Amino acid sequence: MKPRDLSDLAFRNLREAILRNALTTLGVAVGVASLVAMLSLGVGLQELASKRLSQSGLFDTIFVTPKNNFRGMGRPQREVQSDTPPRTLDEDARKEIEKLPNVIEVYPQVRFFTEVRFNNKPFATVVAGMPESSRNSGSFDGMQGNFFSSPTANEAILQIEFAKDLSEKPASLIGQDLVLRYAERQALPANDDSSTPSGEPSGGFSVVPKELRLKIVGIVETEPAAGYGGYGNARLLMPLSTASTLRAAQVNDLRDIVRDNTANKTTYPSLSVRAKSPSQVEALEVSIKSMGFAAFSLLDASKSLRTFFSVFDLLLGIFGSLALAVATLGIVNTLVMAILERRREIGVLKALGAADSDVQQLFFVEAGVMGLFGGFFGVLFGWLLGRAITFGTNVYLKRQNLNPIELSSVPWWLVIAAIVFAILVSLAAGLYPASRAAKLNPVDALRYE
Amino acid sequence: MPDAETAIQLDRVSRQYTMGGATIRAVNDVSLSIAGNEFLALLGSSGSGKSTLLNLIAGLDRPTSGSITAQGQNLAELTSIELARYRCNTIGMVFQSFNLLPRMTLEENIELPLRLAEVDRGERPRRVREALERVRLTHRLGHRPTELSGGEQQRVAIARALVNRPKILLADEPTGNLDSATGEAILSLLHDVQRQLGMTIVMVTHERPLAERYADRLAIMGDGKLLSASEAGNEGA
Repeated sequence: MKPRDLSDLAFRNLREAILRNALTTLGVAVGVASLVAMLSLGVGLQELASKRLSQSGLFDTIFVTPKNNFRGMGRPQREVQSDTPPRTLDEDARKEIEKLPNVIEVYPQVRFFTEVRFNNKPFATVVAGMPESSRNSGSFDGMQGNFFSSPTANEAILQIEFAKDLSEKPASLIGQDLVLRYAERQALPANDDSSTPSGEPSGGFSVVPKELRLKIVGIVETEPAAGYGGYGNARLLMPLSTASTLRAAQVNDLRDIVRDNTANKTTYPSLSVRAKSPSQVEALEVSIKSMGFAAFSLLDASKSLRTFFSVFDLLLGIFGSLALAVATLGIVNTLVMAILERRREIGVLKALGAADSDVQQLFFVEAGVMGLFGGFFGVLFGWLLGRAITFGTNVYLKRQNLNPIELSSVPWWLVIAAIVFAILVSLAAGLYPASRAAKLNPVDALRYE
Repeated sequence: MPDAETAIQLDRVSRQYTMGGATIRAVNDVSLSIAGNEFLALLGSSGSGKSTLLNLIAGLDRPTSGSITAQGQNLAELTSIELARYRCNTIGMVFQSFNLLPRMTLEENIELPLRLAEVDRGERPRRVREALERVRLTHRLGHRPTELSGGEQQRVAIARALVNRPKILLADEPTGNLDSATGEAILSLLHDVQRQLGMTIVMVTHERPLAERYADRLAIMGDGKLLSASEAGNEGA
């Protein structure tokens, strides 16, 4: 029989016993729905965790420091096991790292603790320079106001916690000005050592108080400049270029002066290296270490996170599949019943010239169609279930005064995979009934009343 | 008028069943030659093996021994798929209980063999109409079989058997479920069809008077054996 005739007959047969077939299909749909709901929760939680991590800006970033860096004042210098000699983290090194494959950008950390005046009241906070690329990092998604109008604008974005310190109505801050009071390094012309980003020779520096007026353009609830290595989370963000020109005294400055730097070049206390994707971080970290620097990333954290979610998804999948397994038995049952009921019809078909394979295919297609519909509605139910769980969770979170989250996620691959899986499972369930129908002896079948 | 050419040749055909340890010879060593364009009536009491013989000719069952040749094809040599094709294209079957599929309309019932024979979709309506005209039933195409009288249902079944233009029509007690007037009308129809299309008809029946009227030849079976085969005294209706 031609495929179109086959499907015509299959649909007709399914329509005739509409109630029973609809119930069987519903069984498949419930099975698929439970699978989809479980997996969508798994995927959603994974996305949530990954997103939070990448919003922290640490997920695809490697932090490079000179190897002989102090971990902190008063602590012994940490010995790094390596045969490459330590190198100075200077402009040459920055360019070299920038040329490594899969590097998007390399930028220095500009971060300093300072005083901010707003409405003539002083507030202390940590200021960080944000590279232009952070605009698209996802950290600023959903922020109030706007990102910096230009990479060199005298503008500030406030972290919500700091904004709440400044005003009870954080949103009203946007458009207002604040004054940054900071300490500018001014080089002393004593010797040729350098320790400032601008590269002027200095044997040390004097600190001069300066002020800069910044316009508040946005408020962000995430932590785009979460701290590491003891710098603390930055609460006031400004364009990296603007921040660099301030030549504000930084935490590392003093120790760099103390250290014997002879090269007449700009040195950095640390550099942030952004990789194209987290998967390239590991290789990149190895290359940077082999160049003679210390490198650090949160890759290990993300790795164990992924392992955790793989196992989590697997467990959810197994629980979800149980319902589908029960639904499979439903298909077998329905089709076996259909054989008994349609015995005579099978006999007539064979007498009229249907081959065994025609009869087999007919039952097979019927099973497949139930799988298709079951899969389709299952995905729909599963998605609705996921939405319901997300909704319920968010109602709860709102009562706790927490931000809403996207708990379940049904990506396209899950939709397609669930429907294909439902069809495959249904076809497998149809194997036995179909072969039994095909083997039916037409003489016996015609005699059957 | 039977053609000289043989349509169906049975050579020492036997069909045995084992039932509860006992062997039943449903058809026992039957040899029979049926000419093309012949209307043969198979008579015999219940359990005489006439229906089993018909199923063997239809390729629905295979003989335990002996050979059956129909339209030049030795059925024993055909694979199950070839046998299905033989049933589809060479044979048309009519049953006592009509065996129309109750869920399909008349038109769909008649179209079924065309689907199985993979006849072009565009061609099908014409073929269905042609078959219906042949059985003089062109209205009520969209009705379901249960909405028709027995005689009408049997006409539809005959149309279904004819739609693939087979050479051989096998009828298993086609009048068994009909009153005598309707039964006679059906036999008259079969007789006409056979004359017009030059078909071979093998009909199982136990209504001897009707068989004598319409068949060319009567073959009588008893206990699985062919007892006699003789010219019927039919007046050629």
